[in-house]
Amino acid sequence: MKPGSIAIVGAAETTELGRIPDLSQIQLHADAAINAMNDAGLKPSDIDGVATAGESPTATAHYLGITPKWVDGTAVGGCSFMLHVRHAAAAINEGLCDTVLITHGESGRSNIGRSGRPGGRATLQGQFESPYCSMGPPTTFTIPFLRYMKETGTTLEQLAAVAVIQREWAGMNPRASFRDPLTIEDVMNARMIAWPFTLLECCLVTDGGGALILTSAGRAKDFPQKPVYIIGTGESTETPMISQMDDMTTSKAFRVSGKKAFEEAGIGHADVDHLMIYDAFAHLPIYGLEDLGFCGRGEAGAFIAERNTAPGGSLPLNTNGGGLSYMHSGMYGMYALQESVRQMRGIAPAQVEGAEITVCHGVGGMFAASGTVIMSNQAP
Amino acid sequence: MADRSKIPVPIPTPETEHFWAGAREGVLKLQRCSACTEVYFPPRPFCPVCISRDVEVFDASGRASLYSYVINQRPHPAHDGPYSIAVVELEEGPRMMTNIVNVEQTPEALVLDMPLEVVFEPLTDDISLPYFQPEGATR
Repeated sequence: MKPGSIAIVGAAETTELGRIPDLSQIQLHADAAINAMNDAGLKPSDIDGVATAGESPTATAHYLGITPKWVDGTAVGGCSFMLHVRHAAAAINEGLCDTVLITHGESGRSNIGRSGRPGGRATLQGQFESPYCSMGPPTTFTIPFLRYMKETGTTLEQLAAVAVIQREWAGMNPRASFRDPLTIEDVMNARMIAWPFTLLECCLVTDGGGALILTSAGRAKDFPQKPVYIIGTGESTETPMISQMDDMTTSKAFRVSGKKAFEEAGIGHADVDHLMIYDAFAHLPIYGLEDLGFCGRGEAGAFIAERNTAPGGSLPLNTNGGGLSYMHSGMYGMYALQESVRQMRGIAPAQVEGAEITVCHGVGGMFAASGTVIMSNQAP
Repeated sequence: MADRSKIPVPIPTPETEHFWAGAREGVLKLQRCSACTEVYFPPRPFCPVCISRDVEVFDASGRASLYSYVINQRPHPAHDGPYSIAVVELEEGPRMMTNIVNVEQTPEALVLDMPLEVVFEPLTDDISLPYFQPEGATR
Protein backbone atom coordinates (compact mmCIF):
# COMPACT_ATOMS: atom_id res chain seq x y z
CA MET A 1 0.00 0.00 0.00
CA LYS A 2 0.96 3.67 -0.15
CA PRO A 3 2.17 4.43 3.39
CA GLY A 4 0.04 6.92 5.26
CA SER A 5 -2.59 7.22 2.53
CA ILE A 6 -5.34 5.62 4.61
CA ALA A 7 -6.48 6.20 8.19
CA ILE A 8 -8.65 4.50 10.76
CA VAL A 9 -11.31 7.03 11.77
CA GLY A 10 -13.64 4.78 13.72
CA ALA A 11 -12.84 1.97 16.13
CA ALA A 12 -14.82 0.24 18.83
CA GLU A 13 -15.45 -3.06 20.49
CA THR A 14 -18.81 -4.47 21.53
CA THR A 15 -20.34 -2.69 24.50
CA GLU A 16 -19.75 -5.78 26.63
CA LEU A 17 -17.02 -8.39 26.40
CA GLY A 18 -16.75 -11.79 28.01
CA ARG A 19 -20.01 -13.63 28.45
CA ILE A 20 -22.85 -12.18 26.35
CA PRO A 21 -25.60 -14.81 26.13
CA ASP A 22 -28.22 -12.28 25.04
CA LEU A 23 -26.54 -11.41 21.71
CA SER A 24 -26.23 -13.60 18.62
CA GLN A 25 -23.19 -13.59 16.36
CA ILE A 26 -24.72 -11.16 13.84
CA GLN A 27 -25.80 -8.81 16.62
CA LEU A 28 -22.27 -8.81 18.05
CA HIS A 29 -21.13 -7.60 14.60
CA ALA A 30 -23.83 -4.95 14.63
CA ASP A 31 -23.18 -3.81 18.20
CA ALA A 32 -19.52 -3.23 17.42
CA ALA A 33 -20.34 -1.63 14.06
CA ILE A 34 -22.80 0.80 15.62
CA ASN A 35 -20.26 1.74 18.29
CA ALA A 36 -17.63 2.31 15.59
CA MET A 37 -20.01 4.41 13.47
CA ASN A 38 -20.86 6.50 16.53
CA ASP A 39 -17.15 6.84 17.25
CA ALA A 40 -16.62 8.18 13.73
CA GLY A 41 -19.84 10.23 13.57
CA LEU A 42 -21.12 8.19 10.61
CA LYS A 43 -24.38 6.53 9.61
CA PRO A 44 -24.80 3.30 7.62
CA SER A 45 -25.52 5.40 4.51
CA ASP A 46 -22.01 6.87 4.83
CA ILE A 47 -20.40 3.42 4.54
CA ASP A 48 -19.80 2.11 1.02
CA GLY A 49 -17.45 -0.80 1.69
CA VAL A 50 -17.87 -3.79 4.00
CA ALA A 51 -15.40 -6.48 5.03
CA THR A 52 -15.87 -9.25 7.54
CA ALA A 53 -15.00 -12.83 8.41
CA GLY A 54 -16.89 -15.47 10.33
CA GLU A 55 -20.14 -13.95 9.09
CA SER A 56 -20.82 -13.20 5.43
CA PRO A 57 -20.30 -9.60 4.29
CA THR A 58 -23.68 -9.89 2.56
CA ALA A 59 -25.46 -10.71 5.80
CA THR A 60 -23.55 -8.09 7.76
CA ALA A 61 -24.19 -5.31 5.23
CA HIS A 62 -27.89 -6.11 4.93
CA TYR A 63 -28.37 -6.38 8.70
CA LEU A 64 -26.85 -2.94 9.13
CA GLY A 65 -28.67 -1.36 6.19
CA ILE A 66 -25.53 -0.78 4.16
CA THR A 67 -25.44 -0.94 0.36
CA PRO A 68 -21.77 -1.53 -0.37
CA LYS A 69 -19.88 -0.78 -3.57
CA TRP A 70 -17.05 -3.01 -2.36
CA VAL A 71 -17.06 -6.16 -0.24
CA ASP A 72 -14.33 -8.43 1.10
CA GLY A 73 -15.10 -11.75 2.74
CA THR A 74 -11.51 -12.88 3.12
CA ALA A 75 -11.64 -15.47 5.88
CA VAL A 76 -8.26 -16.90 6.83
CA GLY A 77 -8.93 -17.15 10.54
CA GLY A 78 -8.20 -14.76 13.37
CA CYS A 79 -5.97 -12.42 11.36
CA SER A 80 -8.62 -11.89 8.65
CA PHE A 81 -9.21 -8.36 9.93
CA MET A 82 -5.56 -7.43 9.39
CA LEU A 83 -6.02 -8.56 5.78
CA HIS A 84 -9.27 -6.60 5.53
CA VAL A 85 -7.42 -3.44 6.61
CA ARG A 86 -4.83 -4.07 3.93
CA HIS A 87 -7.39 -4.84 1.22
CA ALA A 88 -9.55 -1.88 2.20
CA ALA A 89 -6.55 0.44 1.96
CA ALA A 90 -5.88 -0.77 -1.57
CA ALA A 91 -9.55 -0.49 -2.52
CA ILE A 92 -9.89 3.08 -1.23
CA ASN A 93 -6.67 4.11 -2.95
CA GLU A 94 -7.94 2.55 -6.18
CA GLY A 95 -11.20 4.51 -5.92
CA LEU A 96 -13.38 1.42 -5.50
CA CYS A 97 -15.03 2.91 -2.42
CA ASP A 98 -14.48 5.71 0.10
CA THR A 99 -15.38 4.50 3.57
CA VAL A 100 -14.96 0.89 4.68
CA LEU A 101 -16.47 -0.81 7.72
CA ILE A 102 -14.69 -3.93 8.98
CA THR A 103 -16.61 -5.98 11.53
CA HIS A 104 -16.03 -8.92 13.82
CA GLY A 105 -18.46 -10.63 16.17
CA GLU A 106 -18.24 -14.06 17.66
CA SER A 107 -20.29 -15.85 20.26
CA GLY A 108 -17.29 -17.96 21.12
CA ARG A 109 -18.41 -18.78 24.64
CA SER A 110 -22.21 -18.73 24.46
CA ASN A 111 -22.53 -20.14 20.92
CA ILE A 112 -25.55 -18.01 20.05
CA GLY A 113 -26.23 -18.00 16.31
CA ARG A 114 -22.70 -19.02 15.51
CA SER A 115 -21.81 -19.94 11.93
CA GLY A 116 -20.62 -23.46 11.21
CA ARG A 117 -16.94 -24.17 11.22
CA PRO A 118 -15.24 -25.66 8.14
CA GLY A 119 -13.32 -28.91 7.90
CA GLY A 120 -14.99 -31.88 6.21
CA ARG A 121 -13.63 -35.39 6.47
CA ALA A 122 -12.71 -35.42 2.77
CA THR A 123 -10.38 -32.43 3.11
CA LEU A 124 -6.68 -33.16 3.48
CA GLN A 125 -6.93 -32.16 7.15
CA GLY A 126 -9.93 -34.42 7.56
CA GLN A 127 -8.02 -37.32 6.09
CA PHE A 128 -4.54 -36.81 7.49
CA GLU A 129 -4.90 -34.90 10.78
CA SER A 130 -8.37 -35.26 12.29
CA PRO A 131 -8.18 -39.10 12.60
CA TYR A 132 -5.46 -38.60 15.21
CA CYS A 133 -8.07 -37.02 17.48
CA SER A 134 -6.34 -33.67 17.32
CA MET A 135 -9.49 -32.04 18.73
CA GLY A 136 -8.68 -28.40 17.93
CA PRO A 137 -6.31 -25.56 18.71
CA PRO A 138 -5.25 -26.40 22.31
CA THR A 139 -3.96 -29.81 21.22
CA THR A 140 -2.81 -28.91 17.71
CA PHE A 141 -1.55 -25.32 17.61
CA THR A 142 0.73 -26.32 20.48
CA ILE A 143 2.48 -29.20 18.71
CA PRO A 144 5.38 -27.16 17.26
CA PHE A 145 6.71 -25.91 20.57
CA LEU A 146 8.62 -28.97 21.77
CA ARG A 147 10.62 -28.89 18.54
CA TYR A 148 11.25 -25.17 19.05
CA MET A 149 12.40 -25.82 22.64
CA LYS A 150 14.80 -28.55 21.60
CA GLU A 151 16.37 -26.49 18.82
CA THR A 152 16.67 -23.21 20.76
CA GLY A 153 17.09 -24.20 24.40
CA THR A 154 14.01 -22.20 25.36
CA THR A 155 12.55 -23.33 28.69
CA LEU A 156 9.08 -23.98 30.06
CA GLU A 157 9.73 -21.24 32.63
CA GLN A 158 10.20 -18.79 29.77
CA LEU A 159 6.96 -19.98 28.18
CA ALA A 160 5.18 -19.43 31.48
CA ALA A 161 6.63 -15.92 31.69
CA VAL A 162 4.57 -14.94 28.65
CA ALA A 163 1.36 -15.57 30.58
CA VAL A 164 2.66 -13.95 33.77
CA ILE A 165 3.69 -10.72 32.06
CA GLN A 166 0.54 -10.43 29.98
CA ARG A 167 -1.45 -10.78 33.19
CA GLU A 168 0.48 -7.75 34.50
CA TRP A 169 -0.82 -5.77 31.51
CA ALA A 170 -4.33 -7.14 32.04
CA GLY A 171 -4.19 -5.98 35.64
CA MET A 172 -4.09 -2.40 34.32
CA ASN A 173 -7.14 -2.93 32.07
CA PRO A 174 -10.63 -2.79 33.63
CA ARG A 175 -12.15 -4.63 30.65
CA ALA A 176 -9.77 -7.60 30.88
CA SER A 177 -11.38 -10.95 31.70
CA PHE A 178 -8.67 -11.97 34.17
CA ARG A 179 -6.70 -9.39 36.16
CA ASP A 180 -5.29 -11.14 39.24
CA PRO A 181 -1.48 -11.40 39.24
CA LEU A 182 0.14 -14.75 38.39
CA THR A 183 3.50 -16.29 39.21
CA ILE A 184 5.58 -18.61 37.05
CA GLU A 185 4.65 -21.39 39.49
CA ASP A 186 0.94 -20.60 39.13
CA VAL A 187 1.21 -21.00 35.39
CA MET A 188 3.35 -24.13 35.43
CA ASN A 189 1.22 -25.80 38.10
CA ALA A 190 -2.09 -25.01 36.45
CA ARG A 191 -4.11 -27.87 34.98
CA MET A 192 -2.25 -29.54 32.13
CA ILE A 193 -4.18 -29.25 28.85
CA ALA A 194 -1.74 -30.61 26.31
CA TRP A 195 1.74 -31.24 27.64
CA PRO A 196 3.71 -28.98 27.85
CA PHE A 197 0.89 -26.37 27.79
CA THR A 198 -1.14 -25.64 30.91
CA LEU A 199 -4.54 -23.95 31.06
CA LEU A 200 -2.98 -20.54 31.73
CA GLU A 201 -0.91 -20.81 28.55
CA CYS A 202 -4.07 -21.22 26.46
CA CYS A 203 -6.31 -18.36 25.41
CA LEU A 204 -9.66 -17.54 26.94
CA VAL A 205 -12.96 -18.41 25.30
CA THR A 206 -15.28 -15.41 25.39
CA ASP A 207 -17.97 -13.54 23.43
CA GLY A 208 -17.44 -10.17 21.81
CA GLY A 209 -16.80 -8.16 18.71
CA GLY A 210 -15.11 -5.13 17.26
CA ALA A 211 -15.28 -2.87 14.24
CA LEU A 212 -13.06 -0.44 12.38
CA ILE A 213 -13.82 2.31 9.86
CA LEU A 214 -11.22 3.37 7.31
CA THR A 215 -11.08 6.20 4.83
CA SER A 216 -8.48 8.20 2.95
CA ALA A 217 -5.96 10.18 4.98
CA GLY A 218 -7.13 13.31 3.16
CA ARG A 219 -10.62 12.96 4.62
CA ALA A 220 -9.47 11.67 7.99
CA LYS A 221 -8.85 15.02 9.66
CA ASP A 222 -12.53 15.93 9.26
CA PHE A 223 -13.54 13.15 11.68
CA PRO A 224 -13.98 13.59 15.43
CA GLN A 225 -11.25 11.16 16.51
CA LYS A 226 -7.52 11.49 16.15
CA PRO A 227 -6.70 9.67 12.89
CA VAL A 228 -4.57 6.55 13.05
CA TYR A 229 -2.65 6.20 9.81
CA ILE A 230 -1.89 2.88 8.16
CA ILE A 231 1.77 3.00 7.20
CA GLY A 232 2.59 -0.61 6.35
CA THR A 233 0.79 -3.87 5.75
CA GLY A 234 1.56 -7.48 4.98
CA GLU A 235 -0.18 -10.80 4.58
CA SER A 236 0.60 -14.38 3.71
CA THR A 237 -0.48 -17.98 4.13
CA GLU A 238 1.49 -21.15 4.69
CA THR A 239 -0.56 -24.33 5.17
CA PRO A 240 -3.95 -25.30 6.62
CA MET A 241 -2.26 -28.41 8.10
CA ILE A 242 0.08 -27.70 10.98
CA SER A 243 1.85 -30.99 10.29
CA GLN A 244 2.90 -29.58 6.93
CA MET A 245 4.67 -26.43 8.16
CA ASP A 246 8.03 -25.99 6.47
CA ASP A 247 9.75 -25.78 9.85
CA MET A 248 7.92 -26.01 13.17
CA THR A 249 10.33 -23.59 14.83
CA THR A 250 9.37 -20.59 12.68
CA SER A 251 6.29 -19.39 10.78
CA LYS A 252 6.83 -18.69 7.11
CA ALA A 253 3.57 -16.72 6.97
CA PHE A 254 4.76 -14.53 9.87
CA ARG A 255 8.08 -13.86 8.16
CA VAL A 256 6.58 -12.96 4.78
CA SER A 257 3.81 -10.78 6.21
CA GLY A 258 6.06 -8.99 8.69
CA LYS A 259 8.84 -8.29 6.21
CA LYS A 260 6.40 -6.79 3.69
CA ALA A 261 4.80 -4.57 6.34
CA PHE A 262 8.15 -3.24 7.56
CA GLU A 263 9.29 -2.62 3.98
CA GLU A 264 6.13 -0.70 3.16
CA ALA A 265 6.39 1.39 6.30
CA GLY A 266 10.06 2.08 5.73
CA ILE A 267 10.80 1.73 9.43
CA GLY A 268 13.25 -0.25 11.49
CA HIS A 269 12.55 -2.28 14.61
CA ALA A 270 13.98 0.45 16.85
CA ASP A 271 11.25 2.78 15.58
CA VAL A 272 8.49 0.60 17.04
CA ASP A 273 6.98 1.89 20.28
CA HIS A 274 4.24 -0.69 20.79
CA LEU A 275 3.63 -4.22 19.61
CA MET A 276 0.69 -6.59 19.45
CA ILE A 277 1.26 -10.25 18.60
CA TYR A 278 -1.84 -12.43 18.48
CA ASP A 279 -1.44 -14.84 21.38
CA ALA A 280 -3.84 -17.73 21.04
CA PHE A 281 -1.25 -19.68 23.05
CA ALA A 282 1.78 -18.57 25.02
CA HIS A 283 4.33 -19.61 22.39
CA LEU A 284 2.95 -17.24 19.74
CA PRO A 285 4.59 -14.06 21.06
CA ILE A 286 7.87 -15.99 21.11
CA TYR A 287 7.51 -17.00 17.47
CA GLY A 288 6.25 -13.52 16.55
CA LEU A 289 9.16 -11.66 18.16
CA GLU A 290 11.61 -13.77 16.17
CA ASP A 291 9.75 -14.03 12.88
CA LEU A 292 9.08 -10.28 12.81
CA GLY A 293 12.77 -9.65 13.46
CA PHE A 294 12.60 -8.12 16.96
CA CYS A 295 14.69 -10.96 18.40
CA GLY A 296 17.29 -13.28 16.99
CA ARG A 297 16.69 -16.99 16.64
CA GLY A 298 16.04 -18.59 20.02
CA GLU A 299 16.28 -15.30 21.93
CA ALA A 300 12.61 -14.40 22.37
CA GLY A 301 11.90 -16.56 25.42
CA ALA A 302 14.69 -14.89 27.39
CA PHE A 303 13.72 -11.48 25.98
CA ILE A 304 10.26 -11.86 27.48
CA ALA A 305 11.42 -13.47 30.73
CA GLU A 306 13.87 -10.59 31.23
CA ARG A 307 10.87 -8.23 31.18
CA ASN A 308 11.61 -6.36 27.96
CA THR A 309 7.94 -6.67 26.95
CA ALA A 310 6.52 -6.06 30.46
CA PRO A 311 5.20 -2.77 31.84
CA GLY A 312 8.21 -0.46 31.97
CA GLY A 313 10.11 -2.54 29.40
CA SER A 314 11.58 -1.33 26.13
CA LEU A 315 9.02 -3.05 23.89
CA PRO A 316 5.50 -3.07 25.38
CA LEU A 317 3.76 -6.15 24.00
CA ASN A 318 0.09 -7.19 24.18
CA THR A 319 -0.76 -4.30 26.44
CA ASN A 320 -4.46 -5.17 26.67
CA GLY A 321 -3.55 -8.48 28.35
CA GLY A 322 -3.84 -10.42 25.09
CA GLY A 323 -5.82 -13.49 24.23
CA LEU A 324 -4.43 -15.08 27.38
CA SER A 325 -5.97 -12.55 29.78
CA TYR A 326 -8.02 -9.86 27.98
CA MET A 327 -10.46 -11.78 25.79
CA HIS A 328 -10.48 -14.28 22.93
CA SER A 329 -13.67 -14.92 21.01
CA GLY A 330 -12.08 -17.22 18.44
CA MET A 331 -10.85 -14.66 15.92
CA TYR A 332 -8.87 -12.36 18.20
CA GLY A 333 -7.14 -10.26 15.52
CA MET A 334 -9.79 -7.56 15.76
CA TYR A 335 -9.02 -6.96 19.46
CA ALA A 336 -5.30 -6.66 18.76
CA LEU A 337 -6.12 -4.01 16.13
CA GLN A 338 -8.40 -2.20 18.60
CA GLU A 339 -5.61 -2.04 21.19
CA SER A 340 -3.16 -0.68 18.61
CA VAL A 341 -5.69 2.01 17.68
CA ARG A 342 -6.24 2.90 21.36
CA GLN A 343 -2.49 3.18 21.88
CA MET A 344 -2.16 5.47 18.84
CA ARG A 345 -5.09 7.59 20.02
CA GLY A 346 -3.48 7.81 23.45
CA ILE A 347 -6.50 6.37 25.27
CA ALA A 348 -5.41 2.82 26.17
CA PRO A 349 -5.91 1.76 29.79
CA ALA A 350 -2.21 0.85 29.92
CA GLN A 351 -1.09 3.69 27.69
CA VAL A 352 2.49 3.66 26.41
CA GLU A 353 3.51 7.27 26.86
CA GLY A 354 4.46 9.02 23.64
CA ALA A 355 3.92 5.97 21.44
CA GLU A 356 3.89 6.94 17.77
CA ILE A 357 4.26 3.64 15.92
CA THR A 358 2.52 0.35 16.63
CA VAL A 359 2.95 -3.01 14.93
CA CYS A 360 -0.07 -5.28 15.04
CA HIS A 361 0.55 -8.85 13.97
CA GLY A 362 -2.01 -11.60 13.63
CA VAL A 363 -2.13 -15.31 13.03
CA GLY A 364 -4.87 -17.14 11.17
CA GLY A 365 -5.71 -20.77 11.76
CA MET A 366 -2.82 -22.61 13.34
CA PHE A 367 0.24 -20.96 11.77
CA ALA A 368 -1.90 -21.16 8.60
CA ALA A 369 -2.05 -17.48 7.72
CA SER A 370 -0.78 -14.13 8.87
CA GLY A 371 -1.51 -10.43 8.60
CA THR A 372 0.47 -7.43 9.81
CA VAL A 373 -0.64 -3.80 10.09
CA ILE A 374 1.72 -1.01 11.11
CA MET A 375 0.06 2.20 12.26
CA SER A 376 1.13 5.67 13.34
CA ASN A 377 -0.56 8.66 14.88
CA GLN A 378 1.78 10.99 13.00
CA ALA A 379 0.32 12.56 9.84
CA PRO A 380 2.27 11.54 6.75
CA MET B 1 -12.71 -48.22 27.35
CA ALA B 2 -11.46 -46.66 24.13
CA ASP B 3 -14.13 -46.57 21.47
CA ARG B 4 -12.44 -46.41 18.07
CA SER B 5 -15.78 -45.70 16.40
CA LYS B 6 -15.40 -42.16 17.76
CA ILE B 7 -12.40 -41.50 15.50
CA PRO B 8 -13.38 -39.21 12.60
CA VAL B 9 -13.16 -41.51 9.57
CA PRO B 10 -11.29 -40.05 6.60
CA ILE B 11 -13.16 -39.86 3.30
CA PRO B 12 -10.72 -40.54 0.46
CA THR B 13 -10.80 -38.40 -2.66
CA PRO B 14 -9.64 -39.45 -6.15
CA GLU B 15 -6.28 -37.84 -5.42
CA THR B 16 -5.73 -39.73 -2.15
CA GLU B 17 -7.30 -43.12 -2.93
CA HIS B 18 -3.90 -44.76 -3.55
CA PHE B 19 -2.76 -43.80 -0.04
CA TRP B 20 -5.75 -45.43 1.62
CA ALA B 21 -5.55 -48.48 -0.66
CA GLY B 22 -1.95 -48.89 0.48
CA ALA B 23 -2.90 -48.41 4.12
CA ARG B 24 -5.50 -51.21 3.81
CA GLU B 25 -2.62 -53.49 2.77
CA GLY B 26 -0.35 -52.22 5.53
CA VAL B 27 1.89 -50.18 3.23
CA LEU B 28 2.71 -46.49 3.60
CA LYS B 29 2.48 -44.89 0.15
CA LEU B 30 4.31 -41.72 -0.77
CA GLN B 31 4.71 -39.90 -4.05
CA ARG B 32 7.84 -38.87 -5.90
CA CYS B 33 8.21 -36.43 -8.76
CA SER B 34 9.79 -38.08 -11.79
CA ALA B 35 11.03 -34.73 -13.05
CA CYS B 36 12.74 -33.27 -9.95
CA THR B 37 12.79 -36.32 -7.57
CA GLU B 38 10.95 -34.43 -4.79
CA VAL B 39 9.19 -36.78 -2.36
CA TYR B 40 6.04 -35.25 -0.91
CA PHE B 41 2.97 -35.69 1.27
CA PRO B 42 -0.04 -35.31 1.52
CA PRO B 43 -1.01 -36.85 -1.83
CA ARG B 44 -1.74 -34.81 -4.92
CA PRO B 45 -1.33 -35.65 -8.61
CA PHE B 46 1.40 -33.10 -9.26
CA CYS B 47 4.71 -32.10 -7.73
CA PRO B 48 4.34 -29.19 -5.28
CA VAL B 49 7.87 -28.02 -6.10
CA CYS B 50 7.98 -28.06 -9.92
CA ILE B 51 4.27 -28.69 -10.78
CA SER B 52 5.14 -31.61 -13.03
CA ARG B 53 2.24 -34.03 -13.37
CA ASP B 54 4.71 -36.84 -13.97
CA VAL B 55 4.67 -38.33 -10.48
CA GLU B 56 4.85 -41.89 -9.18
CA VAL B 57 3.54 -43.65 -6.10
CA PHE B 58 6.03 -45.77 -4.18
CA ASP B 59 6.24 -47.76 -0.96
CA ALA B 60 7.86 -45.82 1.86
CA SER B 61 10.20 -47.55 4.31
CA GLY B 62 7.85 -46.87 7.21
CA ARG B 63 10.77 -45.55 9.26
CA ALA B 64 10.47 -42.12 10.84
CA SER B 65 11.66 -39.98 13.72
CA LEU B 66 9.68 -38.01 16.30
CA TYR B 67 9.63 -34.37 15.21
CA SER B 68 7.29 -32.74 17.76
CA TYR B 69 4.18 -33.51 19.78
CA VAL B 70 1.84 -32.74 22.64
CA ILE B 71 0.25 -35.11 25.12
CA ASN B 72 -3.44 -34.31 25.20
CA GLN B 73 -4.85 -34.46 28.71
CA ARG B 74 -8.45 -33.75 27.76
CA PRO B 75 -10.69 -36.81 27.52
CA HIS B 76 -11.43 -38.24 24.11
CA PRO B 77 -13.77 -41.22 23.72
CA ALA B 78 -11.38 -42.95 21.32
CA HIS B 79 -8.53 -42.92 23.83
CA ASP B 80 -8.01 -44.29 27.32
CA GLY B 81 -6.38 -41.39 29.12
CA PRO B 82 -3.78 -38.94 27.84
CA TYR B 83 -2.48 -39.55 24.33
CA SER B 84 0.16 -38.08 22.09
CA ILE B 85 -0.68 -36.03 19.01
CA ALA B 86 2.55 -36.01 17.10
CA VAL B 87 4.25 -35.01 13.89
CA VAL B 88 6.83 -37.47 12.60
CA GLU B 89 9.48 -36.98 9.96
CA LEU B 90 9.55 -39.87 7.54
CA GLU B 91 12.90 -41.27 6.47
CA GLU B 92 12.07 -40.07 2.93
CA GLY B 93 11.65 -36.47 4.17
CA PRO B 94 7.95 -35.56 4.39
CA ARG B 95 6.26 -35.11 7.75
CA MET B 96 2.85 -36.36 8.84
CA MET B 97 0.60 -36.17 11.85
CA THR B 98 0.01 -39.33 13.86
CA ASN B 99 -0.33 -40.76 17.35
CA ILE B 100 2.67 -42.51 18.87
CA VAL B 101 1.40 -45.89 20.06
CA ASN B 102 2.59 -48.92 22.00
CA VAL B 103 4.62 -46.76 24.36
CA GLU B 104 3.92 -44.92 27.60
CA GLN B 105 2.34 -41.54 26.88
CA THR B 106 4.82 -39.54 28.96
CA PRO B 107 7.46 -36.92 28.21
CA GLU B 108 10.09 -39.36 29.52
CA ALA B 109 9.11 -42.09 27.07
CA LEU B 110 8.49 -39.79 24.10
CA VAL B 111 11.84 -38.26 23.24
CA LEU B 112 12.27 -36.00 20.24
CA ASP B 113 14.11 -37.60 17.33
CA MET B 114 13.60 -41.14 18.66
CA PRO B 115 13.36 -43.72 15.86
CA LEU B 116 9.86 -44.89 14.99
CA GLU B 117 8.20 -47.32 12.64
CA VAL B 118 4.78 -47.32 11.04
CA VAL B 119 2.05 -49.66 12.23
CA PHE B 120 -1.46 -49.85 10.76
CA GLU B 121 -4.71 -50.23 12.65
CA PRO B 122 -7.99 -50.92 10.85
CA LEU B 123 -10.70 -48.36 11.49
CA THR B 124 -13.37 -49.57 9.02
CA ASP B 125 -13.37 -52.14 6.19
CA ASP B 126 -11.97 -49.46 3.90
CA ILE B 127 -9.79 -47.34 6.15
CA SER B 128 -6.73 -48.33 8.12
CA LEU B 129 -4.82 -45.57 9.89
CA PRO B 130 -1.05 -45.34 9.96
CA TYR B 131 0.31 -44.88 13.47
CA PHE B 132 3.92 -44.88 14.64
CA GLN B 133 5.58 -46.82 17.46
CA PRO B 134 9.12 -46.91 18.81
CA GLU B 135 11.30 -48.99 16.54
CA GLY B 136 11.06 -52.64 17.57
CA ALA B 137 8.16 -52.09 19.99
CA THR B 138 5.61 -54.83 20.31
CA ARG B 139 1.88 -54.29 20.46
